[in-house]
Amino acid sequence: MTALQTVCLIAVAVAGTATVLTRDPLRQALSSGVLGVALAVLFLAFGAPDVALSQIVVAGVAVPVMVLLALAKIRTDDRRSEE
Amino acid sequence: MSARARLVLGLAALAGLGAMLLWAVGGLPDFGHPRGPYADLAPKIMLDERHVTNTVTGVTFDLRGFDTLGEELILFVAALGATVLLRAQRGEREAQEAAAAEERRATGTADSLRALGAALVGPVLLLGAYIVVHGALTPGGGFQGGVILAGALLLVYAAGQVAAVQRVRPVSLVEVADAVGAASYALVALAGLVFGVAAMDNVLPLGTTGSLLSGGTVPVLSVAVGVEVTAAITLILSELVDQMMLRARD
Repeated sequence: MTALQTVCLIAVAVAGTATVLTRDPLRQALSSGVLGVALAVLFLAFGAPDVALSQIVVAGVAVPVMVLLALAKIRTDDRRSEE
Repeated sequence: MSARARLVLGLAALAGLGAMLLWAVGGLPDFGHPRGPYADLAPKIMLDERHVTNTVTGVTFDLRGFDTLGEELILFVAALGATVLLRAQRGEREAQEAAAAEERRATGTADSLRALGAALVGPVLLLGAYIVVHGALTPGGGFQGGVILAGALLLVYAAGQVAAVQRVRPVSLVEVADAVGAASYALVALAGLVFGVAAMDNVLPLGTTGSLLSGGTVPVLSVAVGVEVTAAITLILSELVDQMMLRARD
């Protein structure tokens, strides 16, 4: 295993743990995006560029954005019900 | 159950899961030496018999093309479901008014962010189109390129041009593109029945290896999936954006 692969594995472990330990959904959406990008770099380091591309677009773009939009909707709903 | 008992139970289960994972990983074949003939055969088949240099896309759209047909229809139905659920709660006109209000409000968006978003739209669109059409040659393909193309819409939104978002994604056009993308994949699959031996048969001329149109139906299916994915993700995201803006206005 090369040094790059080892660094990527450690980065994924750190980002994954950070995502689990984050309690605020907003921060969690962002840290899961970081985890997704770390996984993409890992796939690239292991010679799977196609999987890395899919990983970037799903975990780095689509999922965080959908979570953020859903959170924005929930928060405006909350604000209204408090009024 | 007390918090302490839950903690002990959870840690024990985690330790057990970890031990079994380690055991399983220990039994894996060495990296780069998979068991079975498929890993060596697939690149050879794709190159010799299909003139496709990117084996992954070749397998996705040819050898296992039938799987991809199902996956593509899953995304189609998911976009349909999201649209039906979210659109029942608003009228088109309301959404346009909300967008105009949002745009007036968005003057608070930092100029640098607006400029960056606007400047990136073109390059991102180009990158997405490149990845879609070069699926048979280099890493990428319809799915990855499609999500990137849909991401360009997000940049327009981030640049504060909410009303512009409504202009660049006329909903009816996106809906038609979604259906056309999904249907053309199914039609290419059927073409195999009509002109070839079986469904998903590669019936088009294979072309010269390494050229843009090599691989017969592989680049055609890649573009069909690209159109469908772009439209489906755009639909889902823009319905969510509309919902958010409507609620923010109320």
